[in-house]
Formats: sequence, structure tokens, C-alpha cells
Amino acid sequence: MSNVALEVRDVVKSFQTDTGIINAVDNVSFQVHSGEFVALVGPSGSGKTTMLSMLAALLTPSSGQIIIDGVDLARMSEKQRVALRREKIGFTFQSNNLIPFLTALENVELMLRLNNRYNRAGAVRSAELLSRLGLGERLANLPGQMSGGQQQRVAIARALIHSPTLVLADEPTASLDTERAFQVVQTFAGLIHENQRAGIMVTHDLRMCKYVDRVLQMRDGKLVKIYEDRKEIDALGHGE
Amino acid sequence: MIGEPGNWNPEKRVMNTFFLAAYLAFKETWRNRGRFLLVSMVIALIALLVLFIAALGEGLGNGNREYISRLDAQLIVFLDKSDYIISASRLDQNSLREIRRLDGVESAGPISASNTAILLLPSTKVQKVSLVGVDPNQPGCPPVLEGRVFRSGNARETVIDRNVALRTGIKVGDIITIRSAQGTKDKFYSLKVVGLAAGQSFFFQPSIFVSPNTWEQVRPKGEAELNNTVAAINVIAVKMQNPAQLEAMKQLLTSQVTNIQVADIPTTINNVPGYSAQQGTVQTQAVFTLLIGVLVIGGFFQIQILQKVPQIGVMKAIGSTNAMVGLASVLQIILVTVIGVAIGGGLTYVFSLFFPPTIPLVFNGQASAFAVLVLLAIGPLGGLVSVFYAVGIEPLKALKLS
Repeated sequence: MSNVALEVRDVVKSFQTDTGIINAVDNVSFQVHSGEFVALVGPSGSGKTTMLSMLAALLTPSSGQIIIDGVDLARMSEKQRVALRREKIGFTFQSNNLIPFLTALENVELMLRLNNRYNRAGAVRSAELLSRLGLGERLANLPGQMSGGQQQRVAIARALIHSPTLVLADEPTASLDTERAFQVVQTFAGLIHENQRAGIMVTHDLRMCKYVDRVLQMRDGKLVKIYEDRKEIDALGHGE
Repeated sequence: MIGEPGNWNPEKRVMNTFFLAAYLAFKETWRNRGRFLLVSMVIALIALLVLFIAALGEGLGNGNREYISRLDAQLIVFLDKSDYIISASRLDQNSLREIRRLDGVESAGPISASNTAILLLPSTKVQKVSLVGVDPNQPGCPPVLEGRVFRSGNARETVIDRNVALRTGIKVGDIITIRSAQGTKDKFYSLKVVGLAAGQSFFFQPSIFVSPNTWEQVRPKGEAELNNTVAAINVIAVKMQNPAQLEAMKQLLTSQVTNIQVADIPTTINNVPGYSAQQGTVQTQAVFTLLIGVLVIGGFFQIQILQKVPQIGVMKAIGSTNAMVGLASVLQIILVTVIGVAIGGGLTYVFSLFFPPTIPLVFNGQASAFAVLVLLAIGPLGGLVSVFYAVGIEPLKALKLS
């Protein structure tokens, strides 16, 4: 087995509500290795978005540890967490993914610029990655001039261009039709495997699980089941 | 270590933040240039208005104070209790002689002013002028740019303000005619123009200068004054040997010369009837225009930031620092403001070419530069709230992940 890129140990996230304290994430532990693509599934309110927010260093756990590349997020200052998001994490969101006034190519290059790694080679690599994703003709297009699927593919390229340790995707297929959704997740999975990144995709669409290596199922904040068997995973996608 | 790789030193990080913020500010402005140009045009119109108000204030102020502000003197002596109003002050020759004898006084000159003279032109037109009586080559007498100064005594000679020459076409050597009310009758006096002085507006009118005796003869007079032979003096301009000792000289003058009060040049200007009220009105207009500008620009950028919340959320989620988000907003505001002020300045210049000379617009470099600086500040000032708002945006909430 390859390196452990992400380790989640006994993580709890509690929120104070009118009715008392609730655990949105309740004692969750798992690992994700480099080159592994994992789906985080569960019904609404199961805690998967809260989990993703903590993995993205946007939210701190109430207790437990989240270790990315050997570094515990809880021990980091806010400034270090911002740097971690910039350097070690790639992120795609459901919508409003891209910077509207930057072209497809500029959106991808932005991650290199943020990391002060933008140069001619970086620009070429960005263009090549977009071309591999079928957007070679769309490099100079603004997000508003592209379809939802094309925008998601640009976001995938942006999430990967700076070679992050961990790539997170929050419902990347939510605004896409079925055919386009399969294409996007397949491409995503291919790049995760090829570049040896650790990928986690939050999705409510179990059909998308056919491209992942493992499925983590959450319910009421708990990690209730981990699907590792290929047949079991494929069966999830068929609603069995 | 996270955030501090070896080749990523703090200095480099600051530079990268600045250049990336500038890159984002420029890209956003350029790709939405129609929208931002509209904001720049609003700023341009505010700049146009403010620059015109500043020029009008300068022009109106100039019309009132130009002669006094150019005096080669540091102090003006008034009749006691005249409230520093030139037309309300009457001094005699004794006062002038006493002042000239005082230690520390380099020279002193009488100033007699009348603002009701009518200069008759060859056409049917007339030119209203301030008629000023001063001793040649004494404080109060303007420096002559062309020709020579008039002779003292009863010589019917005059030095005219260059503005009179520009408006009427009168040249050095010409004979001009003054119409002046003497009691209840109109009388006409001829004066030879012997010199031209720089702009010397007084009481909103260009001035012509004559000797005190000539002034007494030709100035408009009431019935009771018709037999006066000695020129009345309104005020006395005092040039000091050491201008640094202003307060000491004021005290010396008031202690040694009876029935007088003394003012420096700024006090004299501020007490010209209507001057303070006029300048106060113009300045209030300018301040309110700037205030409206701050609110308009502030409102625009606040709405813009509200529309950009998800975008800023994405920027922060992928690792942009608050400093970069804030700096990008500030640089964008500065860019839009600079463009607006530049357009406004250009428009002001173009419009000023078409304004008639009767409108007292004076584009003084210092006043205009100050107005431009204030205008450049209103953008960042107006956008300050929006910048703080942008910096405070939580990526979790902006991306609806919470």
C-alpha cells in the first residue's frame, strides 16, 4: 500500500443548537492513501459536508485529529491553515466554482500564481491539462461562456495543477446531466490515480461510486460502513 | 513546514501578494470595463464639479483679494473700530507720517479705494473698475509690468490692471476717460495710461491706480466732499524691516499711533465684506459634493462586494490570504478612481476653454492639486467599508458549506 496522505482519528464536531449540543460528526476515523479515490456518501444531514469542511481546513474539529501529509491541522494557526489550503489541498465545489473574470486557462494558472510557482512551464502544463480534459479549444473562454460540465472540468484542472496531497470534491456532479456527470467523475478518478493524489468526493449520487476505490458511508454524523469490495461498491451504484 | 517552504521567504510572499492582487484587480476591471467605466464616469462628474467649484472659489476669492494679497506689505493700518473693513476706515496724513517714523518700518504707503468708477470705452460699452489711490513706489503701489509708474502730485496718469487692458484693448500711451459722479453731476476725467500692472482685482473689479491727489480729484464724491483738497486715506500699508516680528510691530503701531487698529494681510482679506461668507459657501458646496461622492462610490463597491461573496469565498477556500483579497479590492478602487479623476480633469480642462471670461474661474495649480488629491482619496475612503466586508467574508458561509 502507498503512503497515508490523510488520516482522520476520532474526529468529533459539535454544534450548539437551540435544543442542545449536537454532534454533526461523531467519532469518525479513516485513512486515505496517495493514489486512492474515496467517496463520502450519506443522506442529507449525515455530516458529510461538515467532514469535508474539516478536511479542507475550513472548520476545526471539536476533538480528534486530522493529519494531512503528517501534519495535524489542530496544531496549525489560521495563517498556516490558509497556506495548507493553498499548497496541499485541491478543491472543487458544487457551483460558483471558478473566478468569473478569469479565462479557463487563467483560472487553472491561478493556483500556480497563489503558490508563487507560475512560470512558462507552469502555463504550458496548465494548457496541456485543460487540453487533456477536452478543453483545448476553450482556454481563452470565460466561465460564463462555458457549460456546467466544462466549468467543472476547469475546476478539476485547477484542483490538480499544483500537485496537492489531497483533492476534495463537493458534489462535483450536482449541476450536470447524467452523461456529463459520469464523464467528469471518470476523468477526475483517472487523474487522481495517475498523479497519485488522495481524492475524496462527497456525493449523494451513488451511481458515481463506480469510479471510486472505496466508499465511506455516513449517517447521523457517524461513519456507519466502509465499502471496499468492488462488487459491493458497484452494487451501491445500481441501488442494490 | 506548511506555509513556509524554503524558497518562499516573507519578502517574496509580500511581493507575490501585491502582484497577484494587482493582477486580479486589473483583470476584473478590464473584463468588466463597461460597468467600471460607468463608475469612473460618476467619479469623473464629481471631479468635474469639485474642480469647477474649487476654480470658482479661487476666482471669486481672487476677485475680492487679489490686490491685497499681492501687496508688498505685511500689515495694514485701519481706523480704530472700523472692524478691519477698508471702506469703513478713514485715516489722515498725520497717521501716515507717524507710522513712517517708527523704528522697524521700512516704508508705508496710503491706500485710498473707490469701487464705483466707470471707464468709458470708445464703443458704447463701459468697464467698471476699482479706482485706487496710492503713492508711487510705496507699499500699495503695484509693480509695473510694462511702461512706468505714474508720477505723484496732480499728474493725470494711471497704471492699469492688465485685466482692464485685456478686456478693453487699452494700451500704454492711450488716454482713457473716467466718468465720475461729483455731487449730483457726472464729470469726465482723462487719464494717460503710463503702465500695466499684473492682475489687481479689488471688490470684484479690475483696478486702475492713480496718485492720491489725482484720486481725490477724480473719485466719485458726495455733495459734502466736493471741496476736499487733501486726499482721504482709507488704510495704510506697512512694509516691515523684519517681517518675522509681526506681533511686536502690531503692538508698537497701536501703542505709538492713536486711534488705529492693525491687521495682517490674511485678517484684512477675511474682513473684506462678504469674503468669508462667500468662501464658506463655496467650500461647503465642495465638501458636500465630495461627501456625496464618498457615499456613491461606497454604495457601488458595497453592492459589488455583495455580488462577489461566493467568488471571494472560493478565493479564500483555495488559499488566498485576507491581505490579498483586501489589497485586490483597494487596488481596484484606486484604479477606478484614478481613471475617473483623470477623465474628470480632462473634461474640466475642455469645458474651461468654452467658459466666458465674465465667469470668475481660476484654475490655481495648488488649489486644483489639492482638489485632485482629495478626489483621489474619496474612492478608497468610500470603498473602505466594502474592503473590510470582503476581508471578513467566511469561505464556509460564502460557499454555503456551513
